[in-house]
Amino acid sequence: MGVLELKNVSLTLGGKPVLNDVTVDFWEGHVHALIGPNGAGKSTLASVIMGLPGYTDITGDILLDGERINDLPVHERARRGITLAWQEPARFEGLRVDRFVLAGAKDKSTDTARRVLARVGLDPDKYMQRAVDRTLSGGERKRIELASILAMEPRIVLMDEPDSGIDVEALGRMFDVLVDFKERGATVVMITHSEEVLKHAEHAFLMCNGTILDKGPVDRIDGYFAGHCMPCGHTNEPDAGELQGAFE
Amino acid sequence: MSPTQQQIETARELLASLGAFGAHISGDDVAHLEVHGNEVVGAHLVPGLEVDAEQLDDGVEVHIRVKPGARIAKPIHFCFGMLPEEGLQHIVMDVEAGEDSYAAVQAHCTFPNAVDITHTMDAEVRLKPGATYEYFERHLHGREGGVIVVPKSKVYVGEGAHFKTEFELIKGQAGVIDFDYDVDCDAHSLLDMITRIWGRGKDRISVREAARLNGEDAHAVLQSHIAVKDEAVADVNNSLAANAAGARGHVDCKEIVQGAAVAKAVPIVEVRHPRAHVTHEAAIGSVDSKQLQTLMARGLDEDKATDLIIEALLG
Ligand SMILES: Nc1ncnc2c1ncn2[C@@H]1O[C@H](COP(=O)(O)OP(=O)(O)OP(=O)(O)O)[C@@H](O)[C@H]1O
Ligand SMILES: [Mg+2]
Repeated sequence: MGVLELKNVSLTLGGKPVLNDVTVDFWEGHVHALIGPNGAGKSTLASVIMGLPGYTDITGDILLDGERINDLPVHERARRGITLAWQEPARFEGLRVDRFVLAGAKDKSTDTARRVLARVGLDPDKYMQRAVDRTLSGGERKRIELASILAMEPRIVLMDEPDSGIDVEALGRMFDVLVDFKERGATVVMITHSEEVLKHAEHAFLMCNGTILDKGPVDRIDGYFAGHCMPCGHTNEPDAGELQGAFE
Repeated sequence: MSPTQQQIETARELLASLGAFGAHISGDDVAHLEVHGNEVVGAHLVPGLEVDAEQLDDGVEVHIRVKPGARIAKPIHFCFGMLPEEGLQHIVMDVEAGEDSYAAVQAHCTFPNAVDITHTMDAEVRLKPGATYEYFERHLHGREGGVIVVPKSKVYVGEGAHFKTEFELIKGQAGVIDFDYDVDCDAHSLLDMITRIWGRGKDRISVREAARLNGEDAHAVLQSHIAVKDEAVADVNNSLAANAAGARGHVDCKEIVQGAAVAKAVPIVEVRHPRAHVTHEAAIGSVDSKQLQTLMARGLDEDKATDLIIEALLG
């Protein structure tokens, strides 16, 4: 049994079905990758698991350790160990890096802040006193967000495109952090468009048009990147009629 | 004239009400002045600084001179306040920062037991050419908000001078604030002004920051960061005029509104020279949802997350 399970989860947004009868389970202490084309519903799935506002009106069940958590607010889910790293982390004017990193930390000591920053490759002496605002680059903010998650010692980490906008060195750090999570027995779900990131997972899920199209070992699902997209009726492209209308 | 035992006691109590903020006021090289109601209860000067205080019926008139060329290394500490629940404290402050001088002032205004107190400040500040004068004023009020605070300042920033000022009222309830700073800036001068206020309950906050960049290449940044909750009302009027070549300025107003609170912002920018440039930005709204969600995804409940975001913004 997975530590986190979704059973027949469906969600409609703006009159459009965005998740369609999704059933998946994520295994404790394993690293999972969720791949699929733009608009497939990957980020939506992460938002639904986290219980973000606007993503709670679902049918189906979300189970943590077999217990239904559909009705828990975001912070209660987080207190039970679920957390999310955004593709584009938020900026906080005036909020110091150390305070941000320790906001949800189990151990709120300065040592923790230093340790997690060093782990993501940021010199604590240079970064602790800075603000998590627009003066940090996008990649720096991503590393700091990852540090804040490390400090939290979560059980389930959802990472939305953890590789986007970061350099090769940071990517290496991110893979090290994955090892940290694994060693602690945490479950990781990475959403990605990168074959390299996919290779660091143990299991992969291919999503398209709001459904899980395929799941299995990484080397098989990897075929998606090689151009052998699984058979799927859905296309992101407009049909010929729509195109014609657009140019009239 | 050495202070009486009673004055020493009052000064000590006043400083104690500042908590950790009162801790720095020691050492021969730290200038300080403590005013309780209309009485100077403690003072210490350092070379380069002259302070004259005259007692008024309802407050004090303080003349401050930073001598030309003087560089006062450690911040000067002022503590104004009243320990009783009721009263009036009127401070008249006249400051002259001499040519090429440097001084930084940390002023604390403390009304820990206020039920019905009015604190007014009428200041005139003149920075001579090349002077740098920093004035940081922090208010510490009790929880009940029985304070009417009326700080008014007229500031002249001379050629090449730098005036930096901050007004902060975050701890305790604001009460009624009517803040009004008006600044004229000469050529090559710099002005940095920021107000940070957190209003709660039935607080009424009015902020007016106005500056005119009259000389070439004068630069100014006017900022107000204000958060209001409950039934508090904030009204911010910032105006910046650039009247000379190379004059540049920015007005930045951020207000966070929660509950039944109301916030208004009126930024006025005026440019009277083709080579002057002024920008403004005003953002009023609730706490940013992505910030909130990020902190909630770390386990903070909505109230804790909101407070952390606002505290950070108000700095
Ligand atoms: N609030 C919303 N209202 C309407 N449609 C939405 C809303 N949020 C998402 N969608 C739609 O749901 C679909 C899935 O979006 P989602 O962001 O989950 O895709 P994704 O798989 O993460 O894509 P990408 O790889 O581009 O990040 C998209 O078609 C999107 O337009
Ligand atoms: Mg996405």
